[in-house]
Amino acid sequence: MSFILNIDHVDMEFPTPTGPFTALKDVSLNIAKGEFISLIGHSGCGKSTVLNIVAGLHQATKGGVVLNGKEVTEPGPERAVVFQNHSLLPWLSAYENVELAVQQVFGKTKSKQETREWIEYNLQLVHMDHAMDKRPGEISGGMKQRVGIARALAMQPDVLLMDEPFGALDALTRAHMQDSLMEIQNELNNTVIMITHDVDEAVLLSDRIVMMTNGPAATVGEILEVNLERPRNRLALADDPEYNRLRSEVLKFLYEKQRKVEPLRGQKDAEKTKPQKTPEKTAAA
Amino acid sequence: MNAISTAAEPGRSPVLAKLSSWYASSGDWLKTSVVSLVGIVVFLLVWSAAAQNINTSLGAFPGPTAVAGQFKSLYAEHTAERAKAEAFYERQEARNAKRMEADPDYQPKIRKYTGKETFLDQIGTSLITVASGFLLAAVIAIPLGIAIGLNKNLNTAINPIIQTFKPVSPLAWLPLVTMVVSAVYTSDDPMFAKSFVNSLITVSLCCLWPMLINTSVGVASIEQDLVNVSKVLRLSALTHVRKIVLPASVPMIFTGMRLSLGIAWMVLIAAEMLAQNPGLGKFVWDEFQNGSSESLSRIMAAVFTIGFIGFLLDRFMLQLQKLVSWDKSSAVR
Repeated sequence: MSFILNIDHVDMEFPTPTGPFTALKDVSLNIAKGEFISLIGHSGCGKSTVLNIVAGLHQATKGGVVLNGKEVTEPGPERAVVFQNHSLLPWLSAYENVELAVQQVFGKTKSKQETREWIEYNLQLVHMDHAMDKRPGEISGGMKQRVGIARALAMQPDVLLMDEPFGALDALTRAHMQDSLMEIQNELNNTVIMITHDVDEAVLLSDRIVMMTNGPAATVGEILEVNLERPRNRLALADDPEYNRLRSEVLKFLYEKQRKVEPLRGQKDAEKTKPQKTPEKTAAA
Repeated sequence: MNAISTAAEPGRSPVLAKLSSWYASSGDWLKTSVVSLVGIVVFLLVWSAAAQNINTSLGAFPGPTAVAGQFKSLYAEHTAERAKAEAFYERQEARNAKRMEADPDYQPKIRKYTGKETFLDQIGTSLITVASGFLLAAVIAIPLGIAIGLNKNLNTAINPIIQTFKPVSPLAWLPLVTMVVSAVYTSDDPMFAKSFVNSLITVSLCCLWPMLINTSVGVASIEQDLVNVSKVLRLSALTHVRKIVLPASVPMIFTGMRLSLGIAWMVLIAAEMLAQNPGLGKFVWDEFQNGSSESLSRIMAAVFTIGFIGFLLDRFMLQLQKLVSWDKSSAVR
């Protein structure tokens, strides 16, 4: 198999007042064209850092990222990012937000007519053609994220990077968005790296699930191949033994092998301060 | 409460009942306007009572009626002066026509009418001066503020200077400005009067700072995600400023502009007093020097005019902000 994107022995250190903090240690991953990869792991394990390095927003301390035979040194539209909180420009309508991206990437190659059709096509893909002239403030969270995806798709990226794209949405909207994304993926067959916290989301959408160990010095723990047939249907898969096996594999990795050992901070604090605080609390109550 | 109002019900006159039901049925704006009207009436009563008890060397302090009378006479003076000017130009034209008739080669001289400025002329001068000073400040402050907001080092370098100059009173600047202008701005046929340039520069120097600070803070506090979008799109520096930075910081820039315009108007009056720019400040100063029995009421009329124009300027900026800004919530009050 030929790979379009190689993440090659990447280390990432952040300077802190108490010396460098190693966030990532020796992260390697090869991704084929048209593959859908999920990065899953506990919060703070450096998933976003991996994505930011691929995006070019961070520079790896050691190692590097090669896309299409070229090393990644800066951000660029061939690695479009869908940010967690949509990051649409609030003063532009949905259409204009996509337009800014299209103008920047295809401004010289597409005619005015072609540009308009291309923007409208991408907004249709995410089912937002009915609200093209609405500003981000006038549409719901799910709709904003749709426009964010349309903007990224419209750049025709070699790799689409998604940083917990549905993390801020309610469960129903999220399911709806996942279905939409599968539909789009069916049509365009993009190469995608998606960060997620959601085990079901990872199994449902991915070709491979990359499970990361806990930080500091996080790295790729296990990689799980998902060979479920496409198109996938969440209802049919609910009783599928293979789906449930994959799901429990991920859960086992997250909650047995890489269980977060530190107790919840709230609990710890409460225990520590209990003896002194008790009289005040009763007084306040 | 309930018990009392029901008990009082039978004794209420029908007029009062009608009035109260009308009061309740009409919208909030009515309530607001009634309440503010009450406020104004109370203020006028207190002012009137207090004024009678303050005796100055120029007579009793003017009450509301005296000031209202002054507004009338100031307007009458204005129309009288205009009529005089018109008559002057008519006479001049007639005279020139006559001489042309007698001698076809005669080049007619047009002289300007040199009567004294009226109150309305002075309002006009003040508005032009404040607008010019404010625009000059905006032209400097907004680009500089953007640069400071984008560059942390520049901010660190300039911030102490801003913080030092910000609290300086216009009265401290004015002598310096006057001396520099009279040394530098020399021309046989100056386009602007020196008093105008002095006031303008003093206004600019004092109202620069809020705009500068707010613009730089607005630019510096742009969401990192939007900056990342710009990076992913590889926007050029200029496009980044034009498409991302400027629109994102427009609400803050306008907040700064509103503060600045308020300061500019306050500073202007002081600057005009000392620079003798023929505006409202000079009007106040001249009346003070004049010391007639009417002076105080004329100054009081100017005080109300200054206040009301300041209020209108603020409303104007607010409307402009509503028109331009995408963030409607930032322009509520």
